[in-house]
Amino acid sequence: MITIESSHNNLDGVAQKVLRNFWVWSAHHPAIFPLFLIVVTCLSVGAINADFWQLSNLFDILRASVVRGLFALGVLVVLASGGLDVSFTAIAAFVMYTLTLFVVNVVPDLGIVPIFGIAGIMGAGLGALNGLLVSYLRAPALIVTIGTQYMLRGFLLTFIGTALFMNIPSAMDAFGRLNIITATAARGSEIGLPVYFLILILAATVTWWMLKHTLIGRAIFAVGGKPDVAERLGYRVKSVRVFVFAYAGLLAGVAGVIHVTANRLANPFDLAGTELAVIAAVVLGGARITGGMGSVVGTMLGVVLITLVSNVLILVGIPSAWQTAILGAFILFAGLFFSQLDRLAMR
Amino acid sequence: MTLYNFQSMGTQIPELGLLALGVMLAMISGRGGIDLSGIALANLSGVVAFMIAPMIIAPAVSPVGFLLSFSAIALGVGVIGGAINGMLIGYAGMTPIIVTLGTQLLFTGIAVGVTGGSALQLGYIPVIDDFGNMPLWGVPRTFGVFILIALALAVLLRYTRFGVHLFLMGSNATAARFAGMRVKSILFRTYLLAGVLASIAGIIIAARTSSVKWDYGTSYVLVAILIAVMAGVRPEGGYGRVTCVVLSAIALQLLSSFFNFMQISNFFRDCAWGLMLLLFLANTRVEWSDYVPAILRGRGE
Repeated sequence: MITIESSHNNLDGVAQKVLRNFWVWSAHHPAIFPLFLIVVTCLSVGAINADFWQLSNLFDILRASVVRGLFALGVLVVLASGGLDVSFTAIAAFVMYTLTLFVVNVVPDLGIVPIFGIAGIMGAGLGALNGLLVSYLRAPALIVTIGTQYMLRGFLLTFIGTALFMNIPSAMDAFGRLNIITATAARGSEIGLPVYFLILILAATVTWWMLKHTLIGRAIFAVGGKPDVAERLGYRVKSVRVFVFAYAGLLAGVAGVIHVTANRLANPFDLAGTELAVIAAVVLGGARITGGMGSVVGTMLGVVLITLVSNVLILVGIPSAWQTAILGAFILFAGLFFSQLDRLAMR
Repeated sequence: MTLYNFQSMGTQIPELGLLALGVMLAMISGRGGIDLSGIALANLSGVVAFMIAPMIIAPAVSPVGFLLSFSAIALGVGVIGGAINGMLIGYAGMTPIIVTLGTQLLFTGIAVGVTGGSALQLGYIPVIDDFGNMPLWGVPRTFGVFILIALALAVLLRYTRFGVHLFLMGSNATAARFAGMRVKSILFRTYLLAGVLASIAGIIIAARTSSVKWDYGTSYVLVAILIAVMAGVRPEGGYGRVTCVVLSAIALQLLSSFFNFMQISNFFRDCAWGLMLLLFLANTRVEWSDYVPAILRGRGE
């Protein structure tokens, strides 16, 4: 409750109350933070360079958000359960490269649906391994997944291959070219909204439904908020941990295949190092690294914000060399904002 | 195996060892403490020092003066970087993982931004090259510096109030707060110290390789954590020994040189480091003494 200390200064008290209510409200709607930043970025970039306001630009951003968005949904679920995953890019690279190689050399006529199916299963398997290690080693998830990240990547590059692979299976190639609609950019080039964007929509809807309306969703937030209490309530904490990492792995596997279809080549060196941008997006979306918080809407807005920033810097004349620094500042800013929010809301 | 082999290994240990000591300090402080920004800050220190130091004293005029001003600026960057980490973790109460992830990107990003992404060559400056590569009485100078710093850190942790409080806080943060320890200040100083250690690593890297670049040692984040975990530092906080970290850094370098010697690919080395990290984590979960016959266990247990 708010106490008005100086009664003769009533106006100040009212302002304080409004401010406090705003803090509490935004603590419950963390998605407002990335949304606000998106609007500010769009308006300021649009004011500097009118080229920004184009449908093709929007398509470009949405299209670039797909792989990052799928990763982010996985990270969101892991963060909500109180863990952290940095190995998803290694899982994606591993799945995309081995699967592409396998399909080309063994079953070149395999359809796109079974390819996605196999990718999901492979990813989920590798993710489940992460989950098992985290729960049985009882070590911080960050350290365990740094270990598996290097192990997987090293294994891929040592034993499977380092060569760039241009000759991708026809089903994957065709799927990557499929568009929902296309728009013509100012310079005459056609930019389409690809069909694989629908996969992100689907994954986001499923994740939202799972977190909001199923028992496992409740269990994830319970385990993330207070693991010992959740255990006493009868949640199987270990199973939940394995499930969240497997889910993140599944999404990573699917994202890996989409990465190949979008770029029409499989490069085992790709995706490494992009994990921090994904974690930044999820944190900007209001998920706490300490667990028990996070929303799909916020995460998706965070992803759009990160993609937007990395795409439009060049339009406003900031050299792309500064992109990493800005990303870092975003993480710190978002982390600081939400930690102060938690303090104020708890008071 | 010749003396030269050992000397060349000895020149590579300090940078890793210093970063691992920083990770150790962060881990000891508890609350999921970790420092992921070490190598990024080391590189940034080198880059900034390289850009500013020639303006103060040109290396051609006075190589020693150049080395001193280079080191001073690098240390200054380390203090600032460490203070940013410390402020955000200690006083703003943010989670160490988020802070050091953010500053890792920020430090790397600034280094990319100011250099435009290319490596900067120091050129041959005798004093710096001697410091980085030439042994003194058979011991590489940087290795000597590393041992001195490790000794000083060990004394700091064992015999000062800060050190004792750090370990107590790491084992039970709540108890430490109610015992009246200045938890925020201890956290601040811990990450500040980790930043200074990182910048010393940056000076050593610059001296050894005669160049500064933003992406030196990309796998050092993992390797520094691996050294700390191998040394038995508890990631949950409250335990870690400087001696063990130094020995563990030496052991890892021996293994790494062995891989080099056998001409095993760098990719496999990364794979092995990842696997080793998991194995050493598993090792802490197994009570090996349970499998030793009672008669061999001695009375201590």
